[in-house]
Amino acid sequence: MNLTIFSGPPSSGKTSVILKAIAFFQKRGIKVGVVKFDCLHTDDDTLYEKAGVPVKKGLSGALCPDHFFASNIEDVVKWGNQENLDLLITESAGLCNRCSPYIVGIKGVCVIDNLSGINTPKKIGPMLKAADLVVVTKGDIVSQAEREVFSSRVSTVNPKAMVMHVNGLTGQGAYELSTLLYDENQQVDSVQGMKLRFPMPSAMCSYCLGETRIGESYQLGNVKKMDFGEDEG
Amino acid sequence: MKNMTIAELLERYPFVEDYFQQNRLQVTGFEHLTFEAYLQHFSAEEIEDKAIDIERFLPELETYIEKMLEFLGVQDDNTVQSLTIIPGTDKNGNPEKFENLTVLPSQIISIVGPTGSGKSRLLADIEWAAQGDTPTGRSILINDKMPDPKWRYSANNKLVAQLSQNMNFVMDLRVGEFLEMHAQSRMVQNPEQMSARILEAANHLAGEKFLVDTPVTSLSGGQSRALMIADTAILSTSPIVLIDEIENAGIDRRRALELLVSEDKIVLMATHDPLLALMADRRIVIQNGGIHAVLTTTEEEKSLLLELDKIDGIIQSARRKLREGSLLTKQEIFK
Repeated sequence: MNLTIFSGPPSSGKTSVILKAIAFFQKRGIKVGVVKFDCLHTDDDTLYEKAGVPVKKGLSGALCPDHFFASNIEDVVKWGNQENLDLLITESAGLCNRCSPYIVGIKGVCVIDNLSGINTPKKIGPMLKAADLVVVTKGDIVSQAEREVFSSRVSTVNPKAMVMHVNGLTGQGAYELSTLLYDENQQVDSVQGMKLRFPMPSAMCSYCLGETRIGESYQLGNVKKMDFGEDEG
Repeated sequence: MKNMTIAELLERYPFVEDYFQQNRLQVTGFEHLTFEAYLQHFSAEEIEDKAIDIERFLPELETYIEKMLEFLGVQDDNTVQSLTIIPGTDKNGNPEKFENLTVLPSQIISIVGPTGSGKSRLLADIEWAAQGDTPTGRSILINDKMPDPKWRYSANNKLVAQLSQNMNFVMDLRVGEFLEMHAQSRMVQNPEQMSARILEAANHLAGEKFLVDTPVTSLSGGQSRALMIADTAILSTSPIVLIDEIENAGIDRRRALELLVSEDKIVLMATHDPLLALMADRRIVIQNGGIHAVLTTTEEEKSLLLELDKIDGIIQSARRKLREGSLLTKQEIFK
């Protein structure tokens, strides 16, 4: 079984892009399954079901979705192998744009959209910088100039990645993407012992533990203060 | 590169500044260090705080410099002298009905066919420089040769630029700032001069003039279209331009096509407007996912275009009169 990890900001078009690519796999007789990670709610699983794709969803609830991902990916891979999938795709929304669920040795794809603005590549952390492949969506509704500036900035923060445009509505570029997601010779039986490409923050403060009161005396652990500078008072 | 200080790097490869900026690396005050030594100065806390991956930076900067040098270097031999489409099959696997189709710079080809007939697929084949490895089985040749893989994989070298009806400006900048930003990302020597040239060309196309400090988001539909076309014609490095319908309002479409052609672009134009479609010398007819025919615009059609232009002129003048608040009279309109 192949494994590909998709990640990207909410509403960037991950599900549309994946569904368009899956349509081409189905034509080739390659069995694809999807596990969708989200925080509080997702309906995307019904979209996959409608397309005849085996799907599971994982809601992280009170936990950070990336932590939740890391604690569950081993079971997800087990499920994929039980289902006899040829390709397992995990899809997860990066919420604060800091971390990434990518694993060393497993293909990582970041989906971001042109509408998010040309300063976005600078704002996204390892989710964009550590991806092998960056898919840029919604290029059909912004000017050619913005498309060009956007992809050149993506390439500046992640020079090693391949950058491609996919239209989640018409599917333009989705076939091409599909050829990059599946490799007959890859075989992932388990991800046990593999490593995340980038460590998650070790933050743990009183608010992580359920504190609701505001005020210095309630703050314990990893607390960070803003610097207002002396002049600004 | 490894032994160069940051100051030396910046002097030799000025574009590296953009790399530092986009990656949020504050190098001011560290210019005397090598990049490697500079990376060492981050504390473990800072590394976690900024979510940076020290180990990746060194090889990445090297790749970035290589890519940029390639981008700057290849611009000269980036010229596409011809684009050839070699037939594949339609959705049912039937061979497409045309001989190899070769298009040269400054030529306009129109594309007609119902929605969903396969226009996007054709465009994707060109964009991806297909080599019989897409669902249509088509192949694309550039300059009569198999295309360089850079057209597929590099972020800064894309074969096709697109102009469509749905496109908008999303960033909130003034026209001049917008153009200069685009020029900078294309590594243009003199962004200001370039920006002025594009503005002039855009105003030549637009019905109503706009200024260098007009915010792009407050441009009218016609003005936006004019700016996008002028910018794509002059500044985009993509040799092929696909136009997906241009509305016949607030913009001189004939001049727009002339501008693209004068910049040596290969123009593909999906349209069902006879005034545009007949301006092309050839048109591709798409049916059922395949190219059904490649027609050459006939002499009769060319003379018909003149007639249609007159009819269009009548409609346009009626529209103008309405806008002025006049009453329309048969005599004046059909004079």
